[in-house]
Amino acid sequence: MDFAASFALVLPELVLTGAGLVLLLVAAWGGDKAGRPIAIAAAAALFAAGILLVPALHTGADGPATLAFGGLMKIDSFALFAKALIYLAAIAALMIAPAFFDSPSAGTERGMRAEYPVLILFSSVGMSIMASASDFMTLYLGLELTSLTSYVLAAILRRDTRSGEAGLKYFVLGALASGILLYGMSLLYGFTGGTAFTAVRAGLTGEMGTGALFGVIFVLSGLAFKISAVPFHMWTPDVYEGAPTPVTAFFSTAPKVAAVALTARVVFEVFGAQVAAWQQIVMFMALASIIFGALGAIGQENLKRLLAYSSINNIGFILLGLAVANADGASAMLVYLFIYVAMSIGSFAALLMLRGEDGTLYETFADIRGLSVTRPAIAWALLMFMFSLAGIPPLLGFYSKFVVFQATIEAGLVAFGAIAIAASVIGAFYYIKFVKVMFFDEPAGVITGKSGAAHWVLLGLTALIVSPLGYLLTPSLTDLADKAAASLFLAV
Amino acid sequence: MEGLPILSLMMLVPLAGAVACLFSGASAARWIALGATLVTFVLGVMLWSNYQIGGPQWQFTERAALFAGFSWALGIDGIALMLIMLSVFLMPICILASWDSVTKRVGEYMAAFLFMEVLMIGTFAAQDLFLFYVFFEAGLIPMYLIIGVWGGDNRIYASYKFFLYTLFGSVLMLIAMFWMVAAAGTSDIPTLMQYGFPASAQTWLWLAFFASFAVKVPMWPLHTWLPDAHVQAPTAGSVILAGVLLKLGGYGFIRFSLPMFPEASAEWAWLVFALSMIAVVYTSLVALVQSDMKKLIAYSSVAHMAIVTVGLFAFNVQGLEGAMIVMLSHGLVSGALFLCVGVIYDRLHTREIARYGGLAINMPYYALFFLLFTMASIGLPGTSGFVGEFLALAGIYQTSSLVALVSTTGIILGAAYMLYLYRRVAFGGQVNEDAAAMSDISAREWAMMAPIAAAVLWMGVYPESFLAPMRADIAALDARLSAAAPVGDARLAPGAPREHAANAMEHHEGSETSSAKEGAH
Repeated sequence: MDFAASFALVLPELVLTGAGLVLLLVAAWGGDKAGRPIAIAAAAALFAAGILLVPALHTGADGPATLAFGGLMKIDSFALFAKALIYLAAIAALMIAPAFFDSPSAGTERGMRAEYPVLILFSSVGMSIMASASDFMTLYLGLELTSLTSYVLAAILRRDTRSGEAGLKYFVLGALASGILLYGMSLLYGFTGGTAFTAVRAGLTGEMGTGALFGVIFVLSGLAFKISAVPFHMWTPDVYEGAPTPVTAFFSTAPKVAAVALTARVVFEVFGAQVAAWQQIVMFMALASIIFGALGAIGQENLKRLLAYSSINNIGFILLGLAVANADGASAMLVYLFIYVAMSIGSFAALLMLRGEDGTLYETFADIRGLSVTRPAIAWALLMFMFSLAGIPPLLGFYSKFVVFQATIEAGLVAFGAIAIAASVIGAFYYIKFVKVMFFDEPAGVITGKSGAAHWVLLGLTALIVSPLGYLLTPSLTDLADKAAASLFLAV
Repeated sequence: MEGLPILSLMMLVPLAGAVACLFSGASAARWIALGATLVTFVLGVMLWSNYQIGGPQWQFTERAALFAGFSWALGIDGIALMLIMLSVFLMPICILASWDSVTKRVGEYMAAFLFMEVLMIGTFAAQDLFLFYVFFEAGLIPMYLIIGVWGGDNRIYASYKFFLYTLFGSVLMLIAMFWMVAAAGTSDIPTLMQYGFPASAQTWLWLAFFASFAVKVPMWPLHTWLPDAHVQAPTAGSVILAGVLLKLGGYGFIRFSLPMFPEASAEWAWLVFALSMIAVVYTSLVALVQSDMKKLIAYSSVAHMAIVTVGLFAFNVQGLEGAMIVMLSHGLVSGALFLCVGVIYDRLHTREIARYGGLAINMPYYALFFLLFTMASIGLPGTSGFVGEFLALAGIYQTSSLVALVSTTGIILGAAYMLYLYRRVAFGGQVNEDAAAMSDISAREWAMMAPIAAAVLWMGVYPESFLAPMRADIAALDARLSAAAPVGDARLAPGAPREHAANAMEHHEGSETSSAKEGAH
């Protein structure tokens, strides 16, 4: 394969890298005044990169033609699906940011820092590489590019101690996770003699030695850290609460998609011949995430913290699709990811619209009491997102649970599915508490401020997707997810 | 009528009304809601009049592959038709019942009710297993809001309890549905009703469905959400809960548990009988000591629904027909009783029985209606309650005389608590000044009560109108169940029939015409 073909395959990443470098220079000379134009340009670059994905996504891509740079990267339908989702989430994170940084709560005098969109861009490049990695080296490169930009993003409010604390915690724990992952990779390299996914897979056939098993477990643990699955979830509530809200919205969507895609690729393409070795681990993580994500959320007062636990809970359901260990499960997982991203973006957009007269942001249960009287549109949208997250039909969140559980039961894991779905009722408790506070309680009357057009657009779009009308999307969504999942298994 | 998707239309009208209500002011919302429910009712009447008795089992079928994983498949048989009629009949009455009593957030309230109507029609008309589940489960959202926003003092607790109880019951059913669809390869309900699942799997599937329907019906000991939800809900909310939502459980048994898992149904019938017998006796006794009118009627609902489950699991035609009629009758009667409570609650703002008394003196028309519905609840011949309870108990007698014996005490106890309630509210002296000053029912309340009273009498005097559309479907169900039906203990031995009627007169050859004349006298 010549380099021209490889470059053609990674054109979206090239666009993003180029745009990131140019905008970095603009930011260096233009200063924070240029923040808003840079954000628009970054969103445009992400959109262009997304457009470049469409033809291949539509026709489907698999086989050797998708390998780039001698097998270091693999741009198949699976990677394309994940990338499209990542870019959309990144655009949303850019759209909701300026209004947040202008608010007095952010404590910045000059509004959004010009670095914010640039960091989002570089992070997106990293996530793209993660999604299409087919070698442990590219995997680590992508992961670290994403992680390093994320640490900075978490701490971007330099005068806010909570933000700094979030950045530091994220950095220390993230570095630990990277170390665990790296150690696992080195073990696998030592026992199989390669870093390419195909080489490691070939070395893992037949009876697996204890050393290789440790490698598998360390790699999975490192990845579990990145997707914040229980028992490696401890950093999530603190980081989500401390980080600026648009950054939290970003963390709970795009990097989650990338890390889940990466995990799926590793377990299927690398450990695909050793399902017995990892299936129980993933099943445990799935159940534990569902249960602890739900229990942890119950006592929370802060809405961001609550959504952090909610994301842990959702990761549990996503892992359910992974635990099934077949193409149906992978497809269900991708459908779940899409719907989860829509619900998360919508919830965070709504959270950012909880503003006082002077633009102060509110983020606790006490503040949203009686929201349905004072701001009915936001309250109804939040009601939809919460019931959707709880998986109550006819909202689209039900469909995401539907596909995942269907795959679980069809694969014969009936008891596992029954326990998981029973545990999901615990989660419903705090989602309906949201509705109770907004609809049943007397108004607190602090949320009176107006919100910008960008927020309304995002809220409207995501609410439309989550509404029953979103079911009309399901045939094409399922089609794309099936193609993506098939490409993941075709390689094996 | 050919080609007109009348079922979809019946769901579209209230849906459009719901959206319109959300965006309109209080008085406009009331009129929109009333208009939408009346139009839906008219469509329902058209549905009934175009339903061919003795025609194909599934009529008005619609199919559209709109979604991935399941399809938009609608269609009804006689059983679904009757329950849809019950829903669309009660709906305008619910709107009227809330006309003056609901004053805050009227638009949202009416929208919630109309949305509820869409879901109820959808639940009864769904022909796809997952579509059924979507409609079945989605009802939680509007009902949660109705109880929580417009309910009484303890509404938050009641709304949580209602939501979590019913959700927990339903999710296990969903797992069972996935298993069934994976095994049978289709989610089409008519096909699944004929599909033979292996007996070992049926046990688990039946239990999973039972978890959901037993909560919805509700059966003792899973009934505790019901008194809370009923008491705290606004009047119209109670009417819908008692009138239609409880029927979802019974409908689930008759549509899913019995035809899809006949062997497991026979195997677990003892459980249903045991729980029903406890429910009949226990909740009737609990009803006897209530001092809150709504709570009393709520507990009586549990007792009546236990007669339904007993009839359903009798595995014969009388039992099934009786159960269906009890469901329809209970939908009307308990709805009407809640309306009766609502009428005086609107005037005095208390449900405490002791605060009333002697209402027959100052509210004679009210007392008349209340008496009629009380008698229908007891099961007086001539009212709908009698027909249903008689058939259901006759059915169960063939299967188990012990269950019949215990269940029949429910009628006696029912008479006790209902007459005791009526005596304290309507008869006796006017002990309370303010209760004595209440005015009789208004024209709006007449419009709510009179149609239900007419329907109760119609069903009591000529139940054939309601039984005829269901006859073929119940016969089909009975045929499906007959292989699995347990041996009854009634030991019905057909004796030698008499040669003559018991009152035949001795007569001689040749005088036949004169004796025939005498007999005619």
